[in-house]
Amino acid sequence: MPTDVERWKSEVYGNEIREHLFRFAEEGWESIPEDEHDAWFERFKWWGLYHQRNGQESYFMMRIGTPNGVLEPGQTEVVAEIADEYARGPETNPEFGDGYVDWTTRQSIQLHWIKLEDIPAIFEKLEANGLSTQQACGDSWRNIVGNPMAGKAPEFVDALPVIEELNETFKGNEDHANLPRKWKVSVTGSPDGSGQGDINDLALEPASKEIDGEEVRGFNVRVGGGLSRNEPRLARDIDVFVRPENAVEVAGGISALFREHGDREDRYNARIKFLVDEWGPEKLRRVLQEDFVDFELESAGEDIREQYTYNAGGEEHGDLIGVHEQRDGNYYVGLNVLVGRMGADDTLELARLAEEYGSGEVRISQRQNVMITDVPEADLDDLLDEPLLEDYSPDPHPFMRGSVACTGTEFCSLSIVETKNRQVRYARWLKENVDLPEGVEDFHIHLSGCTASCAQPQIADISLRGMKTRKDGEPVEALDIGLGGGLGENPQFADWVGQRVPADEVPGAIENLLATFEDNREGSETFREFIARHDEEELEEFIEPEETSYEDPYMHNTKMTWYPYAEDDDMDASPAPTDGDGNSIVADD
Amino acid sequence: MSVALRILDDGAWLSVDDQRRVSVSELWRLDAPEFCDCDLVDFIAEGFTEVSADGREVAVTTYGKCIACGESGVPGRLPVGRIREGSYEGYDRQHVVLRPIERRG
Ligand code: HEM
Ligand code: SF4
Ligand SMILES: [Zn+2]
Repeated sequence: MPTDVERWKSEVYGNEIREHLFRFAEEGWESIPEDEHDAWFERFKWWGLYHQRNGQESYFMMRIGTPNGVLEPGQTEVVAEIADEYARGPETNPEFGDGYVDWTTRQSIQLHWIKLEDIPAIFEKLEANGLSTQQACGDSWRNIVGNPMAGKAPEFVDALPVIEELNETFKGNEDHANLPRKWKVSVTGSPDGSGQGDINDLALEPASKEIDGEEVRGFNVRVGGGLSRNEPRLARDIDVFVRPENAVEVAGGISALFREHGDREDRYNARIKFLVDEWGPEKLRRVLQEDFVDFELESAGEDIREQYTYNAGGEEHGDLIGVHEQRDGNYYVGLNVLVGRMGADDTLELARLAEEYGSGEVRISQRQNVMITDVPEADLDDLLDEPLLEDYSPDPHPFMRGSVACTGTEFCSLSIVETKNRQVRYARWLKENVDLPEGVEDFHIHLSGCTASCAQPQIADISLRGMKTRKDGEPVEALDIGLGGGLGENPQFADWVGQRVPADEVPGAIENLLATFEDNREGSETFREFIARHDEEELEEFIEPEETSYEDPYMHNTKMTWYPYAEDDDMDASPAPTDGDGNSIVADD
Repeated sequence: MSVALRILDDGAWLSVDDQRRVSVSELWRLDAPEFCDCDLVDFIAEGFTEVSADGREVAVTTYGKCIACGESGVPGRLPVGRIREGSYEGYDRQHVVLRPIERRG
């Protein structure tokens, strides 16, 4: 039997959702029939709109997809203005205030507290400036990711034209609009592995192949990576090399294969990673060749994975923070945005700096950071003196630099714990109180509120994910702690060796772990090497939770509040749902 | 009148007639001795996979973990509320002990 979601999708899905969305916006929140809420909210995702969690009814998260994280000149300002005008909720966040922009781990943008009634005006403004929310969520081609500096920094093969062509072909494409589940694609041309292809449904990775006596540069294809649902998978090599000019046909073939063969009966089993589990890469390749592409596929070329340095456990940051030279002799400057959140004012200032010192372009990385590009060497010093860079540093402390956090209980219905504000507090406390061992400059701590793993915790040095436990008899927010994760030539997912550590004891656990590392380190061994040479039992012993001077204001069950930071956070105190002006709508029952 | 019961957002919540009624991250006490060795399972709901209505009782098949001992898995179909005169009433899940439907014999 098809699921309800599949039934709704078969009735109305894809581009046509828009006219309904606009009609509801015009007529107001209450015009959505009460017995159709689930269906419409599921569909709205396709247009980048996620209904916020329990207690925040009538407010939406809006995701804007920016292919490869590229914001063209002028677009950053537009995003800032929209956040300033529309992304303001009934309460403020104690760390970030009101009206803020989230740069996400898939090089997109998220705004919160968006009202249904404002959506047409927002879409109009976005689209007038070349931006869109189309397919930013929902069961289709999501935002395509890669190395954010594609086209500017050194590359083995040019990825940006391929990304642009894929985006143009598959955004709004009726044949690929309704897939069994989300479809995440990564295309990388740079030699460092920074596109994070291994954790995407479809990865094109740089490779070369001798064809008719000539070296051709293009991509090897991997399929079926992803982190969610406690079932992380690395994308698997399907032994296909694709020339840049064939990328659309091959990627379209694989997406069509997924459309036809993915599991529509069971959404838990729908991602292509499970189809690859079932079929194996050989069968996937055979079916692709027989039914979904019209030319003879090449076997895989020579990859350059041994060159991958990005998040490979060494001391190379690879995160593009700081000042770096571009191919054209200009420079780009990567700024650290702690947990990816930036106020509307600061975003506007970022746009101004990009205009004044660069070309106006800004790029977003998969570490929730931003880059100002195209800065002439002569202007670098002035840019580096700008006050904004005091808060968003090009040379941040490793604990600030390595912090990534997902949305969490603030807005997300899946979450188990508070995330962003907590990670901000962790990073500050660690910076103040813990010395990193000699030579350790790169140290990643990723916090996800649940197993969906939006913050990509399984590929960090310290992996954190939301849990609960009891402390002195009271239920409190807790985290599982994982170790051993990272990318590189031989990527590894973390092992969850620490269970249910009360959230206020996690900084102490990290402090103790780093001390253990320092005491037992062999030579100049890296943290990842150190973890790798210990077995699971030994690692479990390394997790020594401890209360410290760190204080955590979010120990109570933040998911049971309507908004964790509200003065009166009780679910019953929620003003939601509200009308277009933010006034509470009194429920009928 | 029939009631629409469904699990949405990858198992994040139970919808009853298009209203979110039960969310992951709730803590429940379970009488489910097969699940773990604790006297009462101290259970965190992490994901819902199915919903059923047995007679008037609404039960969700739930994946989760005992936060006292760490055992994880699916303890069974857990009753979370009931349908009365066509409308849903949630149990006071924070204060009662839930017993999987399967155990009722
Ligand atoms: C059915 C519900 C949801 C599921 C299953 C889900 C799952 C995921 C997964 C698996 C990722 C990507 C991790 C990766 O790169 O592999 C992701 C990304 C993300 N999700 Fe969710 N999520 C859900 C709802 C939400 C909601 C409601 C919010 C916020 C209101 C949210 C915020 C994010 C963020 C910030 C990211 C990273 C950025 C991006 O995709 O561009 N998620 N989500
Ligand atoms: S990891 Fe879980 S809690 Fe965090 S944003 Fe994703 S779905 Fe929400
Ligand atoms: Zn137990």
